[in-house]
Amino acid sequence: MAVPQLAAPPAAPPQGVRRRRRSLGGWQFVGPFMVVFALVFLAPIGYSIYLSLYRNRLIGGNAFVGLDNYTQALQDAQFWSAVGRVGLFLVVQVPIMLFLALLAALALDSGRLYGKSFFRVSIFLPYAVPTVVAALMWGFIYGSQFGLVGNINDALGVALPDPLQPSLILASIGNITTWEFVGYNMLIFYSALQVVPKSLYESAAIDGAGQLRIIRSIKIPAIRGALVIATIFSIIGSFQLFNEPAILRNLAPNAITTYFTPNFYAYSLTFSGQQFNYSAAVAVVMAVLTIIVAYVVQLRGTKELG
Amino acid sequence: MTTTARTPARTSGQSKPVTMSSKKRPKGSILLTLLTSLMALYALVPLAWLLINSTKTQEGLFSSFGLWFDDGKFALFSNIADTFTYDGGVFTRWLANTLLYVVVGAGGATFLAVLAGYGLAKFNFAGKKAVFAIVIGAVAVPPTALAVPTFLMFSKVGLTDTPWAVIIPSLVSPFGLYLMWTFAAQAIPTEMLEAARVDGASEMRTFFRISVPLLAPGIVTTLLFTLVATMNNYFLPLIMLKNPDWYPLTVGLNSWNAQAATAGGEAVFNLVITGSLITVVLLLAAFLTLQRYWQSGLAAGSVKE
Amino acid sequence: MSRILKMAAVASAAVLALTACGGGGDDSSSSGSSAGSTVTDAQVQAALEKGGTLTVWAWEPTLKNVVTKFQEKYPKVKVDLVNAGTGDKQYTALQNAIAAGKGVPDVGQIEYYALPQFAIGKALTDLKGYGADSLKADFTPGPWNSVNSGGGVYGLPMDSGPMALYYNKTVFDKYAIKVPTTWAEYLDAARKLHKADPKAYITNDTGDAGFATSLIWQAGGKPYQVDGTNVTINFQDQGSQEFVRVWQQLISEKLLAPVSSWSDQWFQGIGSGSIASLATGAWMPANFVSSAPAGAGQWRAAELPQWTAGGNASAENGGSSLALLDKGANKELAYAFLKYANDGDGVQIRVDGGAFPATSKTLADEKWLNTEFKYFGGQKANEVFAKSAQNVVTGWSYLPFQVYANSVFNDTVGKAYVSNTTLSDGLKAWQDQSVKYGNEQGFTVK
Repeated sequence: MAVPQLAAPPAAPPQGVRRRRRSLGGWQFVGPFMVVFALVFLAPIGYSIYLSLYRNRLIGGNAFVGLDNYTQALQDAQFWSAVGRVGLFLVVQVPIMLFLALLAALALDSGRLYGKSFFRVSIFLPYAVPTVVAALMWGFIYGSQFGLVGNINDALGVALPDPLQPSLILASIGNITTWEFVGYNMLIFYSALQVVPKSLYESAAIDGAGQLRIIRSIKIPAIRGALVIATIFSIIGSFQLFNEPAILRNLAPNAITTYFTPNFYAYSLTFSGQQFNYSAAVAVVMAVLTIIVAYVVQLRGTKELG
Repeated sequence: MTTTARTPARTSGQSKPVTMSSKKRPKGSILLTLLTSLMALYALVPLAWLLINSTKTQEGLFSSFGLWFDDGKFALFSNIADTFTYDGGVFTRWLANTLLYVVVGAGGATFLAVLAGYGLAKFNFAGKKAVFAIVIGAVAVPPTALAVPTFLMFSKVGLTDTPWAVIIPSLVSPFGLYLMWTFAAQAIPTEMLEAARVDGASEMRTFFRISVPLLAPGIVTTLLFTLVATMNNYFLPLIMLKNPDWYPLTVGLNSWNAQAATAGGEAVFNLVITGSLITVVLLLAAFLTLQRYWQSGLAAGSVKE
Repeated sequence: MSRILKMAAVASAAVLALTACGGGGDDSSSSGSSAGSTVTDAQVQAALEKGGTLTVWAWEPTLKNVVTKFQEKYPKVKVDLVNAGTGDKQYTALQNAIAAGKGVPDVGQIEYYALPQFAIGKALTDLKGYGADSLKADFTPGPWNSVNSGGGVYGLPMDSGPMALYYNKTVFDKYAIKVPTTWAEYLDAARKLHKADPKAYITNDTGDAGFATSLIWQAGGKPYQVDGTNVTINFQDQGSQEFVRVWQQLISEKLLAPVSSWSDQWFQGIGSGSIASLATGAWMPANFVSSAPAGAGQWRAAELPQWTAGGNASAENGGSSLALLDKGANKELAYAFLKYANDGDGVQIRVDGGAFPATSKTLADEKWLNTEFKYFGGQKANEVFAKSAQNVVTGWSYLPFQVYANSVFNDTVGKAYVSNTTLSDGLKAWQDQSVKYGNEQGFTVK
């Protein structure tokens, strides 16, 4: 798979009649996608925004409350603690994971690895495990009484720190996410590395450049587009962290609160508290935050592209 | 992956020419291999855990060391049999459901993404930039925000608790759209399309006859991606489906995991583990099969120099 | 704007319009219970003869046999038994269906602590109109009290959970620990056990709302006072303080296994003896048998330790009822099923399957009392449970939004288990958050 630079695709030459024909042509291709998209995304988003302007209470029924839910969300300590948590997660886990993925991709690309195919497949394997199954598995492994951690404690006579305690739980979840996605990101980078023009390497070799120099000056700049896109999607993914905390929750009910991540908070509001409206407002605020962050990253990333 | 003919550069001793060529392989690095093995170990140990523990019975799970086999019994085959027959054989049903959701859902998503990506890449029309901005923006919306409204919408038309409730939402893959857009922009020369148009071919015909073969590797990649996304579908099916008969594997396995938590419920963690193993094995098989297409496709469709 | 985008906008607006009409505002305008109209037994019987289809949402495994026998007895009736999830998962599904106005089952299994929430949300039919209030004597006081809410009867008790202390006799004997009769003795036993074997614990606890409220209930606490929509929450009352006094010590001295109930680690601990006792409801034996077979023969059942020496107070923990959903279709048929399952032949069918009954007749039945439990080494445990059922402290209420309150228990009280927060402060935080929610929802909560 070739993941080219992040740039706007080439525009077709505008030419009067031709342009009109292509205009219709374009829509016949994009149309089907947009119809389903409108149904599956736009309509629920619209409904969500509508819901966020009301408040339906157990006693008293439904009432229009304007922006009250939003004011409440902006002052909600639990919401902001959740945002802070995924922000922290983001700032630590995403760089670590992408760095490891980059290292692996460079290793594969270096041509100096024994058993390249084996590594490519094995590091990629975790991506093929559904996240729900991965969370279940790691849940069993993390058990410090009778899970694998507990077993190791007994066997080696050590007292490994409990991965599910409040101070470590975020790192433990970060570990699961890294495990799941490092192979996938590695493959994105590796594929991008494949389309680096060979002529660049030839010139570098002629200049007598060493491996590290080549990596720094040729490879990494060449795959910048892939790096930016991988970063953006990882950021969006981190902000939406849900599956892993949800599944691990009954193993660590005190470490994983109902407001552990913004997504989980919105979920708890809806399904435990019947607070559909407030939940919708929280989700909208979260969406706006995510878009801003993703946009900023994209701007900085493409700016450096020059 | 790609093989190009290269003239060996004139070098002055140490630095070897970096090449992807299979003609002249540079010396392998043991250190690098060792380091990369660490990473492979990290990736594989939990999977090994999964394999080892699916050979244990429910009691064996509790009484034996996590990373080694239970001396008592090797119960892999009985576990597999039990997984398929437990609870009226509902696992097979879940397997079939997942297959349905994946084929129709991921297949459909890929189809729509290919069409739309091609349209965005090769045509100029009003609202194009807006389309992409809106689609990416929509990805940023937390799924929980969409779940209840989607549920309410679907139940008004009576679609909840049916496979459509799972399939329709999975037909939209914004990342797939992005993939296909960038790939189509690169892989299909506009001159070719112009030529076809001059010949009088309709857009659709041009698409299927000329463009799709060129897009093959991108299509496979998108398919892989949507495949995983559909397999990972957990939250929305959980809300939409009431009847366990329609569960996909993820929701089903999780319900087995949770079922011990009820008065009179039975702990079947060994089946959860074995079921997870089966799921993973099937996915891996799909991946490894597709990978072959992918590899040859890449050689054929790689960007020209 | 391009055509497609315009179409999309129109489509969205259409959907919004559709859902706006249907969504919200429904509950306050719904007709609620049909307390006025009375349905006679004759009408119910006629419905059974006429036949029809019923949808029942329940996770209780013993209902499968009940459904089979019910369909045999009334061949014209078809019952669709769906397991839509356990506990709150099913309540979520129910609430979603009610909000959508579609796909609501006729009958739903609802635990006692959640019943007031559904009743107040006008989701359930008042069974008084079906003559249910004449059934009071058929049921034990605890469950019967729990299905009565705001003057109506909103479900028929299905099973109950009078509490008992299950303990591992082998472990107790090994360390010469006497079966505690008071919670103070329990605390001492905990210390003795953990000192003798640091890998063993008297019990596990990572914070469980149902457990805490049941123990406070047993101590005579009444933290929740409910009068229509006026609610008071107070965890400073005497019963709550007694609970805190003992339990805080167990937490501080790390005498509780940090394992969550119902996890695989929990079952492992029960089977291996690392968790030496459990204070929980009378429905537990079936779970011992199916999920902790390694402990068979080692466990026994005893009376719950007392807060005051010489007392005999008990409380309920868990247990569910079957209720009629107001938006369900076939009401008379549904009520017939309810009566069959919980007050008729269905009771014995379920008891045979291992369920713990809520009917006074069964609890007094000699044969049932003499059942020997193999898992408990042949002990006639039902005698212990029956005694407990009779001694349940009266006057307990749950909140009309207990489902929510329980969902934030670990956020608040749970902190006491993993940090320096005291149990008392944790309960206060729980109280505050529950008050806030109640007021937000339109109740008057102090």
